[in-house]
Amino acid sequence: MSTLEIKDLHASVVTDAGETPILKGVDLTVESGRIQAVMGPNGSGKSTLAYVIAGHPKYVVTQGSITLDGQDVLDMSVDERARAGLFLAMQYPVEIPGVSVSNFLRTSATAVRGEAPKLRTWIGEVKEAMAGLHMDPSFAERNVNEGFSGGEKKRHEILQLSLMKPKIAILDETDSGLDVDALRIVSEGVNKVKQETDAGILLITHYTRILRYIKPDVVNVFAGGRIVETGGPELADVLESDGYERFAVKA
Amino acid sequence: MSNTTSPASDLSPKVISNDPTEHGIPHGREEEWRFTPIAQIPDFFQQQDWPSIGVQDARFVTVRSAEHDSTVEQATGWKAIDLPSALARSSAKQVVSIAIPAEHIADEVIVVDLTATQGGNYGRVEISAGAFSKATIVVRHDMTADVSGVIITHVADQADLTVLNMYDGPRTSRHIWQWATTVGRDARFLGLSITLGGALVRLSPSVRYSGPGGSAQMLGAFLATDDQFQEFRLFVDHNEPHCSSNVVFKGALSGKNSHTVWIGDVLVRREAVGIETYEMNRNLLLNDGPRADSVPNLELETGDVVGAGHASATGRFDDEQLFYLQSRGIPEDLARQLVVRGFFVEVLDKVADDPLRADVLRRIEERIGMQSWELDEVSV
Repeated sequence: MSTLEIKDLHASVVTDAGETPILKGVDLTVESGRIQAVMGPNGSGKSTLAYVIAGHPKYVVTQGSITLDGQDVLDMSVDERARAGLFLAMQYPVEIPGVSVSNFLRTSATAVRGEAPKLRTWIGEVKEAMAGLHMDPSFAERNVNEGFSGGEKKRHEILQLSLMKPKIAILDETDSGLDVDALRIVSEGVNKVKQETDAGILLITHYTRILRYIKPDVVNVFAGGRIVETGGPELADVLESDGYERFAVKA
Repeated sequence: MSNTTSPASDLSPKVISNDPTEHGIPHGREEEWRFTPIAQIPDFFQQQDWPSIGVQDARFVTVRSAEHDSTVEQATGWKAIDLPSALARSSAKQVVSIAIPAEHIADEVIVVDLTATQGGNYGRVEISAGAFSKATIVVRHDMTADVSGVIITHVADQADLTVLNMYDGPRTSRHIWQWATTVGRDARFLGLSITLGGALVRLSPSVRYSGPGGSAQMLGAFLATDDQFQEFRLFVDHNEPHCSSNVVFKGALSGKNSHTVWIGDVLVRREAVGIETYEMNRNLLLNDGPRADSVPNLELETGDVVGAGHASATGRFDDEQLFYLQSRGIPEDLARQLVVRGFFVEVLDKVADDPLRADVLRRIEERIGMQSWELDEVSV
């Protein structure tokens, strides 16, 4: 049983022009086996929340706290956070030229698990995870994200999720740019991981479409850098029909 | 052999002669020398009483007296194009010759270990691949001593030659080398220069063709740190029709004062119709401090080409790549090493021989402080 606790989180983006506040007091708790959806309009700061949890150097936390099972996450480096059990499926995964997917996955698994996975079981594990996401085995020989289509990038993110088995996973707009078939495959992958590992999931999305495949326990509306309303799955239906207009004003 | 059939271009050598007295002593303002710290190499511009480099025994490798005429020089029409190469040509008392007989298919990589003596040395190396032959040769320079040298390579008609030219060793010695290659009709040449060692390395690889249909790849991977200076002056002389050239040089720089220079000159002469050429240099700055100069020059005397292009970029380490790898639990040091290693894989992937590629990668890993990376065997 794990808990990611975010309290009164304020964060700014650091650019050459200075610091611009984006997050303005976020309170959120993600627990094992639960799915928290965070929905919001463009520019509301929901992706910033994902990056701040993962520790992207572009952002600076000015107030508040993030803890994982009581441990201070903000005190950890990016890789320490991952090894502590946090995983961020990114909206725009970057290309790593000259690093094959198979090498990357094994290196990552070695780091997160604290020891190199046994080769024999590892190959089976990767094969099975890839098959579940309808990925061709040749995928493993390609360079990380290089020349991947939008759908391939997202599948690759979920493939990592299923191999890293984090305590808490943050999915940042995993649905964006996916056609319906790909969305279904990716969603099934997420549901399978949750079922098998009891991971807690923070699902960040602009659209309600993905919530038909990944059922949230709680829906949060994010606007103006904080959560402005919290409800059950039915809140997503309201957003589906009414859009974000009401919250844009409120923020 | 005719050297040129069209008028001299700005990119052609100014003086072509084996007589050192016909080459002026550089002052540092000349285009060819303006990047080089010539104050560190005055002895390379004077006649010295230096011994010749030698070589360890290997198949196809012989050492002969410089008094004998060179069949490789005759076949290629090579002549010195600057003072150090003229001095090396006229002063070296012996020639290291690597000769692959015509139609010989060498299954094993031929490893040539050059040997130098403490202090300064002159080097003359000749490599010839006979018609229809196929071979891969590794030339390992002795980086424990200074060398002023010349490599002349002749790839005869329809031969297929790969040469790995390796400067790996202590970061103390000075090396100035011309490497001139002539590619025959329908022949293939791949020259890969790996520069990891030496305090000052100035390497000038050039290619010209002696018939149509030849293909030349000139690849390079270099790592400079501390006070290392490395200069690569490439010249592709497209003097025959329907040939191709591809130049890819990639370098990673670190430390406070390292400095690299890449000059990519490509001349497409009027008669070189239907050719294809591309040259690229990428430099990765691992921290603030190092300097990377990069100057591509493409001169077209004919528009009747299949393709001609160049690209040059020097960039800082990509923080987004680092973040991505770290967010997967990979510690920062290893993440950096992975990115640098990956940066060079693009060049090394063009080398067909797996053990050879692995050996070069291992040397690069060692230089960047990486634990041996043997996961390539893992395939899913």
